[in-house]
This record gives sequence, C-alpha cells and structure tokens, in this order.
Amino acid sequence: MAIDMANTTSETNAAPVAQDAHSASVSTATSKIKMRGQDVCVYYGDKQALFDVNLDIRQNHVTSLIGPSGCGKSTFLRTLNRMNDTIDICRVEGDITLDQENIYDPSIDVVELRARVGMVFQKPNPFPKSIFENVAYGPRIHGLAKTKTDLEEIVATSLQRAGLFNEVKDRLDEPGTGLSGGQQQRLCIARAIAVSPEVILMDEPCSALDPIATAKVEELIDELRENYTIVIVTHSMQQAARVSQRTAFFHMGNLVEEGNTDDIFTNPNDQRTQDYITGRFG
Amino acid sequence: MKDHIVTSFGEELKDIATRIVEMGGLAETLVKESVTALLKADSALARKTIEADRRLDEMQSKLEEMCISIIARRQPMASDLREIIAAMRISNDLERVGDMAKNVAKRALAIEGEFNSKTLAVGVEHMADLSLEQLKAVLDAYTSGDLEVVSSVRNRDEEIDALYNSLFRQLLTYMMEDPRSITMCAHLLFCAKNIERIGDHATNIAENIYYMVSGSHLPIDRPKSDDLELSAKA
Repeated sequence: MAIDMANTTSETNAAPVAQDAHSASVSTATSKIKMRGQDVCVYYGDKQALFDVNLDIRQNHVTSLIGPSGCGKSTFLRTLNRMNDTIDICRVEGDITLDQENIYDPSIDVVELRARVGMVFQKPNPFPKSIFENVAYGPRIHGLAKTKTDLEEIVATSLQRAGLFNEVKDRLDEPGTGLSGGQQQRLCIARAIAVSPEVILMDEPCSALDPIATAKVEELIDELRENYTIVIVTHSMQQAARVSQRTAFFHMGNLVEEGNTDDIFTNPNDQRTQDYITGRFG
Repeated sequence: MKDHIVTSFGEELKDIATRIVEMGGLAETLVKESVTALLKADSALARKTIEADRRLDEMQSKLEEMCISIIARRQPMASDLREIIAAMRISNDLERVGDMAKNVAKRALAIEGEFNSKTLAVGVEHMADLSLEQLKAVLDAYTSGDLEVVSSVRNRDEEIDALYNSLFRQLLTYMMEDPRSITMCAHLLFCAKNIERIGDHATNIAENIYYMVSGSHLPIDRPKSDDLELSAKA
C-alpha cells in the first residue's frame, strides 16, 4: 500500500489507521485528524465570508466541500494553505492546525506550508515550460533532489502517480500547454505531488474537463488517498458522492453539516442540506 | 417540503406516488374479489380477477421503467432517492400481492362447488380481512407518512400468521378424517398461504415506507412463529 515517499512525515504517521483504502464506506470515526479548523472566521474587508467554522480534515480521507456559489467553501479551502494571504483585504480569525500546529503562527514559513499543503485549481494552469520542467520545478526550488537522476526519478514517479506517465513519457520535452485539458490537469496534479505534500487541496479540479478526463481524475483521487489527505471543492454533488468519504455542506458562510458521505447523500440531518442536494433551494 | 427548482422533477415524483396509490387500490380490489370468488364460488368473478392481475403487472413494469429513467436522468439524492427506491420496492410487493390474489382466484375455479365447510370459510375470510386491513393501513401510511401505523402494521402481522397456523391444523384434521377432501383442502391450504403471504408483503411495504420517511431501517428481528416447526409437530 505505502509507496516509499521522499518525506514520509514520520511524526505524523505515528498512529496508522488500519483501513481498506478502496472501500467507500471506511470507518471514519477513528481516523486521525490531519487538519483542524476551529472557530474560523474570514472577512473580506468589512464583509464576513465565514462564520465560526469548525471542521476536521481526516488523514487519508477525501473530504468534499459542497454548497451553492458564494457559500464560503472555496474560502475555507484557501485558508488551509493560506492562499487567502495573497488577498490584501482578507482577514482570517480562529485556529487552523496542521498536525496540531497552528498554520497562522508567525513562525510558520508560508512557502514550506504550501509545499506540505499543495493545491490544484479549477482551470489547468501548467507553466509555459516543458512537461518535465512543470513537474521538476517544485522539487528543484525546494531542494528535494540532490542529483539530476534524483530529479528525473521524482518527475517520473509523480507523473506515474498522476496517471500521466505512459501518455507523456516519450515527449517530456514538449510544452505542458500542448497537452489536452484533462492531461494538463493531471500534469498539475503531478506538479502538486512532486513536492511530496501531505495534504492536497483541489478547487473544482474537474469543472473544466470532459467526462472521460473527469473519470480519470476521480480515479486518480481515489488512488492518491492512500498516501495523501485530500480536500476537494466541487459543484457536482455526484462527484462529491463518488470520490469522498466525508462531506461538508456550507451555506451562507456557515458549515451546516458534516458527516460520512453516504449518510449526507442518503439521509442528511439538516433540512438545508436536504434541500440543496435534492435541488430544492429556492 | 419545498418544491424542486426543476418543476418537472417534482411532477415526476408526484406521478410515481400517484401510480403507487393506484396500484395499491387495484391490488386491494384483486384480493377482495379473489376471496369473494373463493367463498361464494363465483367463477365469473374469479376469471375477472385473473384477467385484472395483468393490468397490475403492466402498471408495475411501467412504474419501474419510470423510476429507472429518473435515476438515469436526474441522479436523485437523499429523500428523493429514498422515495424512488421505496416506490420500486413497494410496486414489486404490490405486484406480488396481485399474483397471490390471482392464484387464489385460480384455485377458486379449481375447487368450485366442493368448498362447503362453514368453519373453514370463516377462517379464510377472517384471514383475508386482516390482510386487507393491513394492506389498507400501509397504503394510507404511504400517503400520510405516519410511522406509527407502519410499526404497528409490522407487529400485527403476527395475528395473520397465527390464524394461518390454526387453519393449517384444521385442514390437516379434515384431510385425515376424510381423504376425499384432500384435493379441496390442499387448494384451500395454498389459498390460506397466499393470503398469509399478502400480509407479509404488507409488512415489507411498511418497512419500505419507514425507510422512505425516516432514512433508517426498522429493526430486522420481528416476532415470528415458524410454520415449518409447527408442521413437524402436527
């Protein structure tokens, strides 16, 4: 199950959870908490976008965040690797921890944090460089490879894990932007995992892809779960139901309900969740 | 509950519910008429019942088709999903109820005129009344969503089972006393079994309504006396 990884964070893997990684209905109650948001409030200027959100992200689980546009799900996702720092008027209150360490602590190096908590965006955004360089860039600037062979190895492994290697192995020198949309997105995922992150954030990673490319990315998400913790924002309820083990429903800046994906989609507790997932929001 | 944003989805769900109620009504009629045909030795009514069961089968397959199409086109979630799954299962049970009624009607034709025991007639009639009551109660609960009715229906199924068991003994006695009555008694025994099965289908429907409304399942173990055990003793 465990593929040897460059930075297997030994301190975080202290309590490995025995589970079948491919079983959809894994017991989630006992899993280790990888990230935790406590009383998270986010403001854009005077406008409050998130209200006291408390949400645990479990290790080796896919957690999907769903909710109507403007409900705060992307905002919450972005607080997890401090992407909101790039917005001047954005202010975050409350605690967000990664392995019990507050990521908003002044001692935290944001660049290092984003290496540990990687991100994949809605639109595939490969660098205007070769396929090889797209993946090699991160490990190189983070000093993860000592030799050229090391780097080549990381690139190959990352592309393999992203399910792209066989499609591109003969043309690693060609520009990444020349790939199809679905391939570009998997290239971006390869780029994200090349720096051996612990958590991968995905902001609607399939919304610009056709169904086949979507299926490939979803298959990939399921495989990546063995080694990473994944948080995905998606507008497709079916996708949330397919790929995640935990689902959190946001509405108007509040976390309404969080639970096992199976429960949320067959028997949600809150009327607002029920109304949203059945298409009754008025 | 709020309406769907897509109104045609809401209409489809309503249509499904209407069809279940319609099927339920027809199933009730079939049971009532088949038992009447049996007790009154009315072969015209028996033939009518046999013929009418075909309509119930058609309604069931049409409803199933609609449910499959909704699942394919709309990917229903939460209460909508439960409603559709419950409708498919309930329509299956109702279709089976129709089959049971049809079988009673066929046997009514087979033993026409030979059936002359008052005691046995009363037993069968009483069982049929109870089963029909159960069926009616679950169909009302389907519309009202009343979960108390649902639980009580499931518990009352015991009474039908007990009646069946006593009728079973009576028939055995008859057959032992007078071997010429065996054909009639065997048919009657199957009729009683059919009616008892109708009670079981009502119980199934109750369980599905419970799931549809609450999202959870009724506890599986319910009191049941085993008739095999009984026949071994007899």
